[in-house]
Amino acid sequence: MIHGMLGRKIGMTQIFTETGERIPVTVVEAGPVTVVQVKTLEIDGYESVQVGYDPITKEKKINSPMRGHFKDVPPTRVLREFSVENIAEVSVGQTFDLTIFSVGERVNVAGTSKGKGFQGVMKRHNFKGGPGAHGSRHHRQPGSIGNSTTPGKVFRGKKMAGQMGNKRVTVRNLEIAKVLPEKNILLIRGGIPSHNGALVEILKAPTPTP
Amino acid sequence: MKQPLVQWIEDTHKRSDIEFPPVGAQVRVNYRIREGEKERVQAFEGLVIRRHDSPKHMGATFTVRKISQGFGVERIFPFQSPLIESIKVLRLGRVRRAKLYYLRKLRGKKARLREK
Repeated sequence: MIHGMLGRKIGMTQIFTETGERIPVTVVEAGPVTVVQVKTLEIDGYESVQVGYDPITKEKKINSPMRGHFKDVPPTRVLREFSVENIAEVSVGQTFDLTIFSVGERVNVAGTSKGKGFQGVMKRHNFKGGPGAHGSRHHRQPGSIGNSTTPGKVFRGKKMAGQMGNKRVTVRNLEIAKVLPEKNILLIRGGIPSHNGALVEILKAPTPTP
Repeated sequence: MKQPLVQWIEDTHKRSDIEFPPVGAQVRVNYRIREGEKERVQAFEGLVIRRHDSPKHMGATFTVRKISQGFGVERIFPFQSPLIESIKVLRLGRVRRAKLYYLRKLRGKKARLREK
């Protein structure tokens, strides 16, 4: 069994539980993925499975390096590696779909967060900013960024203004609300990073050690 | 416009057995409540003064107002909730606006609606 799945975020909605609780869910269209390459300890130094997602149908979109890599399987737009339970059971060409997930299971979801552009410290790091009025002239500024001759430098990692969002973010320990394997649709409780339509990786959350 | 797949999810989860009550209608909502281990149906009767969102969407709600022991009581029901057993429309009122908030300020004879 593979420990992850690839999909696209579709959007959010709500569903009701039998007890009438309304829960927010993210709709993800995910899988199936095809095994493109099996990485073994002997050849690659580690064990993992490379899978492809989102097959390319247009012949002219496939270049010759791809032709070589996808020798025995249909070429896909996305390639990612996941760990598997037992590497010996996996072979190239095998497919995995959403049946690997069950309702109530915990997953981590990774995606590219929505880009917010170059943002100031108030939005980016939740700084308080200065007073709005009374002639302070210190409204959305970061304030002091360090001390004096000692240490004589600004410490590395100081929170400042800069690019916000548009980077990889993983949200952990999300609950699976529903699985529809025949439609390749997964409902995950809560929000996940990324724009609608963007690629997300759904990883099985490691089971907590008791 | 929602993503078609999101709408499809909502379509497969939404309730088709009950009707979204119109604003101005006198209704009785039979709502399942849990009391410890036992489950029973509680009726809430009053006037629909607000509908929120389309009945096609999971977020749709409606607000029922009644006067209980001299106090105005409003209850917001999630339309898609499985706890709603049934909605009975008792009377339809003739109304000229979508939200009947003006009724909150009125008492007695003035807080009536013409029947449709």
